[in-house]
Amino acid sequence: MSVWEFFASHQREILEATGVHLFLVTMAMTIAILIGVPLGMILVKRKSLRAIALGVASILQTIPSLALFGFLIPLPFLGGIGTRTAVIALVLYALLPILRNTVVGLTSLDPAVLEAAEAMGMTEAQILWRVRLPLGLSVILAGIRTATVITIGVATIAAAIGAGGLGSFIFRGVAMVSDAVILAGAIPAALLALAADAALGLIERKLKVV
Amino acid sequence: MFTPWPRGVNREMNAKPEILGNITIEFRDVEYHVHGTSRDAILSHIRLKILRGETVVLLGRSGSGKTTLLKLINGLLRATSGSVYVNGRPVDESDPIQLRRGIGYVIQEGGLFPHYSVTENVALVPRLQGWEDSRIVARVEELMKLVGLDPYEYAQRKPRELSGGQRQRVGVARALAADPPILLMDEPFGALDPVTRAELQREFAELARRLAKTIVFVTHDLREALRLGTRIILLCEGKIVADAKPEEFLQVEHPEVQAFASSFEVGEAQP
Repeated sequence: MSVWEFFASHQREILEATGVHLFLVTMAMTIAILIGVPLGMILVKRKSLRAIALGVASILQTIPSLALFGFLIPLPFLGGIGTRTAVIALVLYALLPILRNTVVGLTSLDPAVLEAAEAMGMTEAQILWRVRLPLGLSVILAGIRTATVITIGVATIAAAIGAGGLGSFIFRGVAMVSDAVILAGAIPAALLALAADAALGLIERKLKVV
Repeated sequence: MFTPWPRGVNREMNAKPEILGNITIEFRDVEYHVHGTSRDAILSHIRLKILRGETVVLLGRSGSGKTTLLKLINGLLRATSGSVYVNGRPVDESDPIQLRRGIGYVIQEGGLFPHYSVTENVALVPRLQGWEDSRIVARVEELMKLVGLDPYEYAQRKPRELSGGQRQRVGVARALAADPPILLMDEPFGALDPVTRAELQREFAELARRLAKTIVFVTHDLREALRLGTRIILLCEGKIVADAKPEEFLQVEHPEVQAFASSFEVGEAQP
């Protein structure tokens, strides 16, 4: 069976899997952003804590994704089989690029601008919200963009712990030794990644100040 | 010692004739060390009284401590020992936010917020102070005219759409926005081409005379110091080595003064 024949005959199934995939990615990214960006904001003025947080996030990133899914299964509350575990694993993966870029975006501003802000009598909070955040937004968004592309890829492995998504075709295809079935998962996943990358890249350029 | 500004400019001076009331900024035996060891002293034994309405120029080479001295005034840096007083209150005991809102600050290239328009940059401190919108609008227009920028043409521009000289003008307008009695300027005209610099110096000298503010101005340019200052303080390796009126400054017998004077003669013709 050729790739196109498989696509044509399994249209609905592929579309459904894409929907599940998108759901996993969106959930994971939303949670990762809600954790990563505020955490990065908190770390701006806490240098020692910053090293620890970035270190932990880096270590999480080095765990092979399949292993991370596996480690999570036996955990109480967080673990088990299915969507919740998958989303948690994806969040842990997405955290590093978001956190790192948030910290970098908020701290690597023109020192003259920060000095002026301080000298004008702005409070730390005012400097954070009115100067650091708007000026660091494009860097933060670049991190979100990287994280999104990674998450779309890693989410294919979520099928291994029963969370579904486009990965289910890939695993099935590997088991059946069928390129067509593998591609039915891989091509939509790649297209999703490209589309997300392009869309977020566009927003990122719009937000760039200087 | 007592007439560094033109007569009649400072009305409050006549109301409060006692000398103490006229000391705006005072350094009492201030030391500043980088790592708390005296080997790394940036400033040592600084004793200095700056009177209301003076334009004091802090002159010195790179690394002489002049910028450090300036930043001790608005609490961007804290003295290692000794105290700095602003309006009779020790900086260490003042709320830094309130202190800084009463002190204008201008730096090289303006340090403007790149994501704010000219108007938003100038309106920053009044907005922080919670002024009403109508008052802010009027104030911004007034200030832009004061620093020689047409409000209709420049109000909505972003800093990157301005020339260096225009950015510097906006920087001055922003520092003056809430009408602070003290203005600190750290080589504000340092990054400008010579023609624009001379133009801004001339306008600023005029502005300083009219506004009757206490101004502390950092520069390494003797010509600028002579043009703008009502008093010139020369720093050398963290110490005050000369403190004189501009017309007397070149006669001070200190090797560092003479070093500046000779570089002046060799490098540039008299203004």
